Amino acid sequence: MSTIVMLPDQQTASLPKRSYLNEEYGLKSWLLTGDHKRIAILYLISITIFFFIGGFFAGMIRLELLTPPSDLMAADTYNKMFTMHGIIMVFLFLVPSVPATIGNFLIPIMVGAKDLAFPKVNLLSWYLYVVGGILVLAALTLGGVDTGWTFTTPLSTHYLNTHVITAGLAIFVAGFSSIFTGLNFIVTIHRMRAPGMTWFRLPLFVWSHYAASVLMVLGTPVLAITLVLVILERVIGIGVFDPAKGGDPLLFQHLFWFYSHPAVYIMILPGFGVISEVISTFSRKRVFGYTAVAFSSVAIAVFGFFVWAHHMFIMGVSNYSALVFSLLTMLVAVPSAIKIFNWSFTLYKGSITFETPMLYAFGFMGLFTIGGLTGVFLGSMGMDIHLTETYFIVAHFHFVMVGGMLMAFLAGVHFWWPKMTGRMYPEGISKLAALITFVGFNLTFFPQFILGYLGMPRRYAAYPPEFQALNVLSTAGATVLGVGYVLPLLYLAWSLKYGKIAGSNPWQATGLEWQIQSPPLTENFVETPVIDYEAYDYEWLANKTKHEVQTVG
Amino acid sequence: MSELSQKEILDTEPTHHEEHIVGPKVYLVIGSSLLVLTAATTAISYLELGVFNAVVALGIACIKATLVILFFMHVKYSSKLTKLTVAAGIFTFFVLITMTMTDYISRAWGLW
Amino acid sequence: MDSQAIATHPEHEETAHEHPPFLRHHFATVEQQRETATFGMWLFLLTEIMFFGGMFCAYLIYRNWYYPAFVAGSHQLSIVLGTVNTAVLICSSFTMAMGVHSAETRNRKALITWLLLTIVLGCVFLGIKADEYHEKWEKHHVPGLNFSVHDFVRENPAYPDDKPLPLDMADKTQVYFSLYFAMTGMHALHMIIGVSLLIILVARAWTGAYTEGHVAPIENFGLYWHFVDIVWIFLFPLLYLISRHQ
Repeated sequence: MSTIVMLPDQQTASLPKRSYLNEEYGLKSWLLTGDHKRIAILYLISITIFFFIGGFFAGMIRLELLTPPSDLMAADTYNKMFTMHGIIMVFLFLVPSVPATIGNFLIPIMVGAKDLAFPKVNLLSWYLYVVGGILVLAALTLGGVDTGWTFTTPLSTHYLNTHVITAGLAIFVAGFSSIFTGLNFIVTIHRMRAPGMTWFRLPLFVWSHYAASVLMVLGTPVLAITLVLVILERVIGIGVFDPAKGGDPLLFQHLFWFYSHPAVYIMILPGFGVISEVISTFSRKRVFGYTAVAFSSVAIAVFGFFVWAHHMFIMGVSNYSALVFSLLTMLVAVPSAIKIFNWSFTLYKGSITFETPMLYAFGFMGLFTIGGLTGVFLGSMGMDIHLTETYFIVAHFHFVMVGGMLMAFLAGVHFWWPKMTGRMYPEGISKLAALITFVGFNLTFFPQFILGYLGMPRRYAAYPPEFQALNVLSTAGATVLGVGYVLPLLYLAWSLKYGKIAGSNPWQATGLEWQIQSPPLTENFVETPVIDYEAYDYEWLANKTKHEVQTVG
Repeated sequence: MSELSQKEILDTEPTHHEEHIVGPKVYLVIGSSLLVLTAATTAISYLELGVFNAVVALGIACIKATLVILFFMHVKYSSKLTKLTVAAGIFTFFVLITMTMTDYISRAWGLW
Repeated sequence: MDSQAIATHPEHEETAHEHPPFLRHHFATVEQQRETATFGMWLFLLTEIMFFGGMFCAYLIYRNWYYPAFVAGSHQLSIVLGTVNTAVLICSSFTMAMGVHSAETRNRKALITWLLLTIVLGCVFLGIKADEYHEKWEKHHVPGLNFSVHDFVRENPAYPDDKPLPLDMADKTQVYFSLYFAMTGMHALHMIIGVSLLIILVARAWTGAYTEGHVAPIENFGLYWHFVDIVWIFLFPLLYLISRHQ
């Protein structure tokens, strides 16, 4: 199979003498760092830990659902399983996944800066994430939460005596981690671009992160105040969401979903950014319709604020407002579709090769399209009334989040692994892992569309026996999926010591990050770069490599 | 260090910071206006204006907020980016209010 | 055609004055650092708008639903104390703005004076607020903890034209006070944080940290302080001035 990978001669190659990894040694130099790259690595490690904890809960869910009765655990315990799975996966994995790891690492480099605008705030961001994570673990060890990750009132405020407050505090803290990351990105992208780096010369990865950051800054605070109100209601019984005292439980949902809908765009937009980079590199072609893709990211961010009540169609909102939100939901699908079309046109007549990041990107395109389309189905009120709170919804969001976002995350980790560590991952086993993940994913989640359509409710530990076959299929798929996720953990760790030396640009990619050494220097650039060429300019790159003398720091 | 004149400061800075420094006179005028408007709000609340009580009260509050934003917070003298940022925040706040209200306003329609 | 991404970029020929100690290494100029910090603070204020915004949204809905209860609740607040507090905060915004001016004109003593005045005014506000909260506690108007509808099902001596509320509407006064405490409480928390930061700023200003060109911390704290003032500018009429024309 052809490949575009070009590595330096392995007999003579070695890692650069000086890089951000060996600049300083010792735990303190990592825990008190201001270097955005080190903070990105800290995030990568913590996110991975929480991913596998969340995955454990997924395993528990699928195990219980192997059989129709609620026989593995009590129904209350099952509620705790899916709640913890949801909270950890959404707030501690998906929201920070690409922005806090790959975004933190690359945004300054991609704009040509030495660091993010506020390095100390960046470090604070990580510590807030860790505190949030510890509080979630505290809620877990104290006995867990069983409200569902959506904390619906008055269940969460009055009818349960589980650790809602601890979990609420955890998410409050983790939310500020997200806010500060977004704030940092916006300021950096606006104010710290290198000379010549105009907005329209930025990689699309930066545009996606900019859009996601705007959502983080404007949306997350509403979640914060909502959680504060829930906590106050639980602690002193203020009554804002309690019908008995005159409160409206639906107000909670309005405020909660005002954040949580943009949150799904916070989760997916950075993934879109990764896919733009990967597809361009492995088609050797500039992204088709750069301006459209850039503006569609911003459009998703703006429209994303107008559609939240499509999560509330059956909750008691008025039909008229539901109609408005339904129509707007149809609109918000358009920018996402524009991206899919543009990526497809990028592939057309490109020189495509199938390295691992590209495999994940292909997986993303297919699975995200299915997930996104089913989202449009759900946005239409008539369909939603039948399909909501069934496994159709579960399948829909797992297609976009796991089939979409998680695949994009893996694509990004593999694509920039050589840059972050200086070493290549082993291509053979990584391709196998990608394939296993794809097969496992489809086996796990496609049956859930059918289950939902047939009427199996979500968040139930027991189900009618006629649904068992599909559930068994789904659990089998989950096992395969699990293997697919454990493999990268193993071979990426292996590659840190035994991987091939990558050199600065193993993929022959455009972009500032590929013009510097791997791993980069702490200050990123030896001299401030001056940009006088467009993004994805492969001709410029071909010219440059002809004239280049590589200096390594 | 004794007080420097505005010109002296700008001459010794290698880079040019703000276009100009807002002087105490402006602050005094704005501050007094705000106090007058506060007194007005309280006084007007004693008048019987029906639904317009709320409108007037909020209107005066908006004027006060605008004065604080433009002059105390220097937005009048700030870059386009700052102005755009403020606008974006206000816009998002209004989206929250108005779109939530579409639900609450229309809940009782057609039900009687 | 030899365009390169990494090219030697001739640095500006700076005067001898180019790297003041407060210039961080990832910034090229003081100007960039200052603009960046201000932009960052504005973005933080946007998060604060949305944070308080959720409570304003709740207020809007419940005032519509339970207007008589909101009137009765509002009539329990002291319009005098509310107006005084509003004036106090406006004055503190003035003193803060003058503090920024002092930093910009490098007047250390003036800066410290204005900052101290701001602290004093902030504490006056908080003191009055504490007194109001205490009164609410005494009269059993604290939701969830010791709330009683006693005052609302009978005549309010200060407003003899107010009709006593029927029991179900009287119960809703608890919603009003929930929002009163949540909103003014959150505001007061921001004031406390502000006053604490001011104390730190005064201490640093004493050493001359902000009168050698490093104005940004004072400027940006000023933005925060003015924002907290603006929140109160809206809270005052919404909470204190409901139907006061009786």
